[in-house]
Amino acid sequence: MSTLRIAPAGDAALLAEWPARIDPALNARAVALGRALAHHRSDLRDVVVAYASVTLYFDPLVTDAARLEADVVALEADLPDAVATQGRLHEIPVSYGGADGPDLTEVAEAAGMTEHEVIARHTGVTYRVYMLGFMPGFAYMAPLDPRIAAGRRAVPRKRVPAGSVAIAAGQTGIYPVETPGGWQIIGRTTVTPFDPDRSDPFLFEAGDRVRFHPTERV
Amino acid sequence: MSSLTVVRPGLMTTIQDAGRWGRQGSGVPVSGPMDAYSHRLANRIAGNPDSAAALEITVAGPVLRARGSVVCAIAGADFDVRIDDVVADTASWFELPDAGVLRFGERRAGARAALAVRGGFDVPATFGSRASSVAACIGPFGGRPLRAGDELPIAEAGPVVHAHGRPLDLPRGGARLRVIMGPDQAVFDAHAVTQFLGARFRLTADSNRMGYRLEGPTIEAPRGGDLLSQATPMGSVQVPPSGQPILLMADRQTTGGYPRIATVISADLPLAGQLAPGDWVEMAACTPVGALQALRLLERALTGEAS
Repeated sequence: MSTLRIAPAGDAALLAEWPARIDPALNARAVALGRALAHHRSDLRDVVVAYASVTLYFDPLVTDAARLEADVVALEADLPDAVATQGRLHEIPVSYGGADGPDLTEVAEAAGMTEHEVIARHTGVTYRVYMLGFMPGFAYMAPLDPRIAAGRRAVPRKRVPAGSVAIAAGQTGIYPVETPGGWQIIGRTTVTPFDPDRSDPFLFEAGDRVRFHPTERV
Repeated sequence: MSSLTVVRPGLMTTIQDAGRWGRQGSGVPVSGPMDAYSHRLANRIAGNPDSAAALEITVAGPVLRARGSVVCAIAGADFDVRIDDVVADTASWFELPDAGVLRFGERRAGARAALAVRGGFDVPATFGSRASSVAACIGPFGGRPLRAGDELPIAEAGPVVHAHGRPLDLPRGGARLRVIMGPDQAVFDAHAVTQFLGARFRLTADSNRMGYRLEGPTIEAPRGGDLLSQATPMGSVQVPPSGQPILLMADRQTTGGYPRIATVISADLPLAGQLAPGDWVEMAACTPVGALQALRLLERALTGEAS
């Protein structure tokens, strides 16, 4: 496994990162390290797992940053060489194209294929949830088939409806709430990644697996 | 139960507590006060725990009417404050009588005032916090800024007696903020770092609770800097491809992909929170040890303990 770098992100957060790479095994390691630290240290204010990093938030008047760093090093060394992925599998029905997926035509044209072929590429992969961020419940999923790896829209949309299924820069995701957004919208789902009134408000967590299925227009 | 009714909301008035910690891993922003020092000080003066929900008042303040008598305390930005058109002494706590009108007028210094009421605002908590996140639509009133007609219920509680110290020194037109370099310093060359630390930036008009856009010399953004998104603490200074830095503040998103040249130290974040569009900012490098000393000093200033 490649080398872990630990660096201060200011005086109230510590960043532990591996060389930047979108890699399931590396992300599984980050998830495992984040869980181990959350379990081991009751003084952390937040633990944020990203693609190839873990950021630990603490109160500098309470937590000794040097001791925390030593714990990170020790816990990471204790992780097995290959960390198993234990995430849940989510099946997501999607209404592709038309008003639900206004960018599907453009994505298909850019890729030189039909809309049906784009849908087949998007549904043909089991994605990994690498991290959550951007807004409550938004999961970054990869890998997107490189043949439909569309860029972000030149001008972001002012309003993207909740449930929009979008792709950009090798990733796919579902908008949890209506918001401005720059990803290409190819469909929509009735699945809600974030519902504050649900007993578990967040559908996804880092390490989960996701499959999309075409359905009738929602 | 007593309450405050919003007669005029001011430019941007929100309810904030100590922030929504513990859910950033699910994408929930922390939010909370821009100037946590003044938030805590106002609560202490009012006789509340530090984390009680209070109002954050921005640049142009509100007009509020009491229902039942309300014990108030104000800290942070210096406003002309009147109770029924009589100038209020805001150096200590004061009582707003039933039907009394509290009016924030001319702003003399700073950008944000904290108004605490004894007992704290009794609004529903989301994930254990009453902080308002405008961007994520989470918090009291759906996280939105307050509007005329909103009624803010106040919890009934006797005073918690604890010491408090002096008000924050407010910026006069700008501030020098101490930073710990990085965490992405490896992608900036020495010239970019020198330029960054030697520059005087100005806050642009589109600065807000999420972040301050800084206008100044273009900081050379790393070419081909293909960074993966990571967590973004408050005080992170991102450099997007435009080369004009963004200082991330209380309502920032949980993660971001722009390289971070430096991070403002915790002891200087309250000062940063008192900056308004048009104010200048300079950055000075600081060590982690220096940052901790500065934070301990500030904590003593807040609690009033002898140093």
